[in-house]
Amino acid sequence: MQALYEFLTGPALWLTFIIFIGGLLVRAAFYFGLSLERDKIFWDHFNAAWSWRSIYHWLLPWGSLSLRKQPVFGLVFFLFHLCLLGVPIFLGAHNIMWKEYFGWSLPTLPDQLADWGALLLMACVVFLFVRRLVRPEVRILSSLWDYVLLLLTAAPFVTGYLAYHQYNDYMTWLVLHILCSEVLMIIVPFSKLGHLMLFFFTRAFIGTEMGGRRDQYGRLGARTW
Amino acid sequence: MTEPAEDVQVQETPERDDRPVNVQKIQSILNTNNGARMRSWLDICARCGLCAESCFFYLAHDKDPKLSPAYKVKTTVGEMYKRKGNVDRQFLKDAYEVLWGQCSMCRRCSQFCPFGIDMATMIGVGRAVCNSQGVVPESLAKAVENIRTTGNQMAVSQEDWLETCAWMAEEYGEEVAGLTIPVDVKGAKYMYTVNPREPAYYPQDVGQMAQILHVAEEDWTVPSKGWDCTNLAMFAGNKEVAGYAVKLMYDAAVELGVEQILTTECGHAYRSAAFEGPYFLGLPGGKTPVPVKHAVQLFWEYIVRDGRIKIDPDKKVTVPVTIQDPCNQARSAGLSQMLRELAQALCTDFRDMDPNREYNHCCGGGGGFIPMGAEFKKRRMISGRIKAEQIKATGAEMIIVPCHNCFDQINDLNKEYKLGIKVLSFKEIIVESMIIPEKFIPQEEDEEPEAGPDETGGEE
Repeated sequence: MQALYEFLTGPALWLTFIIFIGGLLVRAAFYFGLSLERDKIFWDHFNAAWSWRSIYHWLLPWGSLSLRKQPVFGLVFFLFHLCLLGVPIFLGAHNIMWKEYFGWSLPTLPDQLADWGALLLMACVVFLFVRRLVRPEVRILSSLWDYVLLLLTAAPFVTGYLAYHQYNDYMTWLVLHILCSEVLMIIVPFSKLGHLMLFFFTRAFIGTEMGGRRDQYGRLGARTW
Repeated sequence: MTEPAEDVQVQETPERDDRPVNVQKIQSILNTNNGARMRSWLDICARCGLCAESCFFYLAHDKDPKLSPAYKVKTTVGEMYKRKGNVDRQFLKDAYEVLWGQCSMCRRCSQFCPFGIDMATMIGVGRAVCNSQGVVPESLAKAVENIRTTGNQMAVSQEDWLETCAWMAEEYGEEVAGLTIPVDVKGAKYMYTVNPREPAYYPQDVGQMAQILHVAEEDWTVPSKGWDCTNLAMFAGNKEVAGYAVKLMYDAAVELGVEQILTTECGHAYRSAAFEGPYFLGLPGGKTPVPVKHAVQLFWEYIVRDGRIKIDPDKKVTVPVTIQDPCNQARSAGLSQMLRELAQALCTDFRDMDPNREYNHCCGGGGGFIPMGAEFKKRRMISGRIKAEQIKATGAEMIIVPCHNCFDQINDLNKEYKLGIKVLSFKEIIVESMIIPEKFIPQEEDEEPEAGPDETGGEE
């Protein structure tokens, strides 16, 4: 177990970061090149102000009409993303490792709060999972992979939570936690989770296309939020 | 597998069309459109279903999940990409039902998608694929043929067009002295272009516009060719002919050396002329050769901004009025604020629909539905229920509809859902309520046998 732990926090961790960040960057570079050739419409009319507005409003809780129309989902949608990114990045235990490796760390969340954050995320995943099953317009779009991906997203939090609380065998949960997290991060650049990065581009496009490009007399253009 | 005796039955199902499809052609269309946007859209759709509630087809059919935009895209264009273009004719025929029969490309779903996926553009690619294999609504194919052979979608001859102009100049000149419809005047400020429906069925539209432009003392002209600003080839998915249609208009503008192209009260025409045209033709920077202005913009300048046309306060419309925000004006052209300010300048009791402006629902006649004719009329009436309910909820007795397609659809909805509402364009209201300056009031006593300045305006 110790050897596995060493591997997962050593070479495997490096590899994970390389694939995760490298994968996203390669994808961005490839799409950038492609866009110069086939998405001239994007560059011809690119409008930073409208792009930003289009991004910004979708980052806010209930910042878009779409989410205001489904307030409960809108809230869960926001909390899910908040916990998904916030908890691991600002977790005390993670930052201790940062500090060990690089000599610096980020501000950290109180453990108690991070603990609640993990629970909240799990609750959100349950909600999203059930919603996917129950709402016909979502179910019809969903493939097995969509359900699996959702569970994979929750897995690091479930295992991390159990490890933190030293449920049964701490080491097993810890190893599983690291393994699940690494698997998830490796999947990101190659799946719909790539929206972690592509979100900003597609939103910039639609903001420009329906807003900036149609912005006449400096005050019009259609909102896409 | 099939017994010989079944042969007769096979013949009885004409739907079955096994003609081979040109996979290479399909692949080339898919490939051309397979840019960073398309790839991102196809890859990152999170299947969240948020787009469903935005779609009036979905809403009008008791929330049938098969009508959610993401599903429609996934099963058509998504599938085409997934199969790398290896689809058969039956697939295209099934896709046809969705691409033309269940989507008006209104783009409302893009506003409700967290990633802003431009599903209408994707549907457009699907239409292009189908069109390339001859799977396209018959009447749109006919319109495309008309554009190809006559330069306008309704095959109105140049003679008829010019005659309509002359006739309308005469008829509408009875109320506004000195009115002309100048043809091919070089260097005019505006080159006015219309929907062929006007010379073909609603010539008064041309006459009313002439009155407005004349009262505003505008420097304008109509071209003898390239006067059709509509673009049904765009809805047919025929980029080549769509480009040709726009080119005729651009060429006329450049040849005449006009400052701007002015389009009539039509939604898709403006979108085609001002925004899509340059991409059909591959013009650098996506720029039109001359700026394009929508009639509503001009009316707004005349009446709201500059006061070049004055509205008689006593002739303002006093009954409750609402307005239809055509998708291609409000959502895809940013004119919603102007539409309102203009409506408010003409009416005393203006009421907005809910939702409105860029969030407004399509009337159900867009994306080619109106010209697609009888085959699609029933669907149009069913999906138009959302619009009918929106209109009814305002309690308005009159609706301003600044788009030819919306106009026809709302007229049909008016009958179908017994809305009892008067459907008018801006032109009709402006003509009825504008103050005609003294100098343009016809002098009744001097009856000259020959009209003053005649219909053919400038000598060139």
